[in-house]
Amino acid sequence: MTIVDVRTPDPKRLIPGASGDWEVIIGLEVHAQVLSNSKLFSGASTEFGKPANSNVSLVDAAMPGMLPVINEECVKQAVRTGLGLKAQINKRSVFDRKNYFYPDLPQGYQISQYKDPIVGEGKIVISLGPDRQGQFEDIEIGIERLHLEQDAGKSMHDQHPTMSYVDLNRSGVALMEIVSKPDMRSSEEAKAYVTKLRSIVRYLGTCDGNMDEGSMRADVNVSVRRPGSDFGTRCEIKNVNSIRFIGQAIEYEARRQIAILEDGGSIDQETRLFDPGKGETRSMRSKEDAHDYRYFPDPDLLPLEFDDTFIAELKEHLPELPDDKKARFVRELGLSVYDASVLVSEKAIADYFEAVAEGRDGKIAANWVINDLLGALNKAGKDIEETPVSPAQLGGIIDLIKAETISGKIAKDLFEIVWNEGGDPAEIVEARGMKQVTDTGAIEKAVDEIIAANPDQVAKVQAKPTLAGWFVGQVMKATGGKANPQAVQALVKAKLGIED
Amino acid sequence: MSVDLATVKRVARLARIAVTEEDANRMVGELNGILGFVEQLGEVDVAGVEPMTSVTPMDMRKRTDNVTDGDKAADIVANAPSTDYNFFLVPKVVE
Repeated sequence: MTIVDVRTPDPKRLIPGASGDWEVIIGLEVHAQVLSNSKLFSGASTEFGKPANSNVSLVDAAMPGMLPVINEECVKQAVRTGLGLKAQINKRSVFDRKNYFYPDLPQGYQISQYKDPIVGEGKIVISLGPDRQGQFEDIEIGIERLHLEQDAGKSMHDQHPTMSYVDLNRSGVALMEIVSKPDMRSSEEAKAYVTKLRSIVRYLGTCDGNMDEGSMRADVNVSVRRPGSDFGTRCEIKNVNSIRFIGQAIEYEARRQIAILEDGGSIDQETRLFDPGKGETRSMRSKEDAHDYRYFPDPDLLPLEFDDTFIAELKEHLPELPDDKKARFVRELGLSVYDASVLVSEKAIADYFEAVAEGRDGKIAANWVINDLLGALNKAGKDIEETPVSPAQLGGIIDLIKAETISGKIAKDLFEIVWNEGGDPAEIVEARGMKQVTDTGAIEKAVDEIIAANPDQVAKVQAKPTLAGWFVGQVMKATGGKANPQAVQALVKAKLGIED
Repeated sequence: MSVDLATVKRVARLARIAVTEEDANRMVGELNGILGFVEQLGEVDVAGVEPMTSVTPMDMRKRTDNVTDGDKAADIVANAPSTDYNFFLVPKVVE
C-alpha cells in the first residue's frame, strides 16, 4: 500500500518541541460491533451481560467438525455502513484465517478479511470548531477499508491468584474493522473522527456505538515528523475504549516520541497499551515478537458474493445521514450551522427536534430544544432518551407562546413545571392562572398606579426617555409577569408621552 | 520453494509446537520433500484460468439473523479441565 499524504502541514496543529515544531500523524482502526441478533457464523445470541458461556454454540467454542455459516444480516450491516461512508462496495470478498494463540480464541484463528475486504475506500467529513469567529473547518478523512471479522472471547485476570477466567459469549460476534487513512493531524481531529463515525453507525443502526460495553474500540496509530518530511515510525496503541482516552493517548504518545527523537534516539515500531489511570502509554510487545498471522483463505467459507440489486435495495432504505440532515436543517429551516450541528449530533436529538419543529417555526423549535431542553438534560445528567418533557409537551408550550396565551418569560416557568410534574401545558396554564393579561384595562390600571406612586421617576424619564424600561419592569412585576410586554411598553410610553 | 532450519523453527514456534534440534533438522528434509512434490503443480500452465474456490459452482450458504443456539454453558465447558461458574479456567495469562 502506498500511503499518500493528503494534508498540508498546518501551523496551528503543530506541537512545539525543544528543537522546533513537530507534526503528529494519526490513523485509526475502529472495531465496531455489528448490531445483529445472532453471531457472524453461528446462531448464538449477541446479547450483552449474560451468564458466562451461555451465548455460545459449538461453533463459537470451536468444537471439532463445526462449520461456520454466515449471517446475511451482518453482511447487510457492513454494506449499509460502507454506503454511509460513501465507500466502494466490493461485490466479491474473501474470508481469511488470521492465526494466533490466546485462551479467549478457541479456534486458534480469527475469521477475518485480509486481501479482499467487503468495503473499500470511502471518506468521512469531520467538522472542527466553531473557532472564535464562529467558523467551522470541514476536513475530509479517508477510509482505507472496512472488513468483517469475528470478535474474540473475554478473559478476566483478577478473579483468581493463578488462573484466568475465560467467557466465550463475545466469541464469534460480528465486528466491522474500519481502517482510516493516516489523515489526522491532531488529537482533536481524531476525537472528531471517532465521534462522527459513531454518529454515522448509530444513524444507520449498524452499531450501537456503546463504548462502555466495548461495542466500539479503537487501535490508534501515532507517529511524529518534522512538518513536510516523510512519515516517521509509528506505534500502535491497542484497544482504547473512550473518545476522551483516544485524545489523551495521542497527546501522551506524540510527546513521548518527540522527547525520544529530540534526545537523538529513534522510535521502535511497537504495540503499546494506554493506562487511563496514569494517562500514559506503555510497551506491550515489540516488533521482534510482533505476530506473524500467517493469513490464508478460510477453506470452510466460499467467497462472499452479491449483486448490484442487493446493494441498491440496501441503498434505497438507508436513513438520512447526519451531514445530509444538517444541510437540510440549514437550507429548509434556516438554522445556523452551529445549531444544526448540535441537533444532528445524535439521531435521537434530531428526531426529537423534528417532532417539535413539525408544523412550527424551526428556529424557535431549535432554540427551545438546544437552550432549554438540552440545557436542562445536561444539568440533570440525563440522555435525550430519558427526557421528562416529550416533543408534544414542548411543542404545546411553543404553541401557547405563538397564540400569545403566555409570555416568553412565563413559558420558561411552564417548561420547568412540565419538566418536574408533567402534564398538558395548556391545562397547566389554565389551572394555575398563568395566562398572559391582554386585557388593556387591567394593564392600564397597573400602569396608572405605578406612575402615580413614583413621581420622582416620572420626572427623570421626561429628561431621559430610555428610562421608560424601568416602568415596564415595575408593571411586569406588579402583574406577576403575566402582562403582555409589548402592550405594557406601548401603554407606558403613551401615558408618559414618550415618542417611539 | 524450500525451507531452511530457521524457518522450520520459526513456524514451529508460531504453531506453539515444541521441536528439538534433532527433530527440526530432520523436518527440514521432510518438509522440502513435500514442498518439492507439490512444486510439480508449477509445471501446469494456468495462465488465464480463474482460481477455483469450489468443485461445483455454488454460492455461499447464508443464515437468517435468528437466535437458534446457545444456552448450554454446562455442555460448552463439560470437557474443560478446570471451570468455575461455567467460566473456563486457564493458567493466568496477562499480556
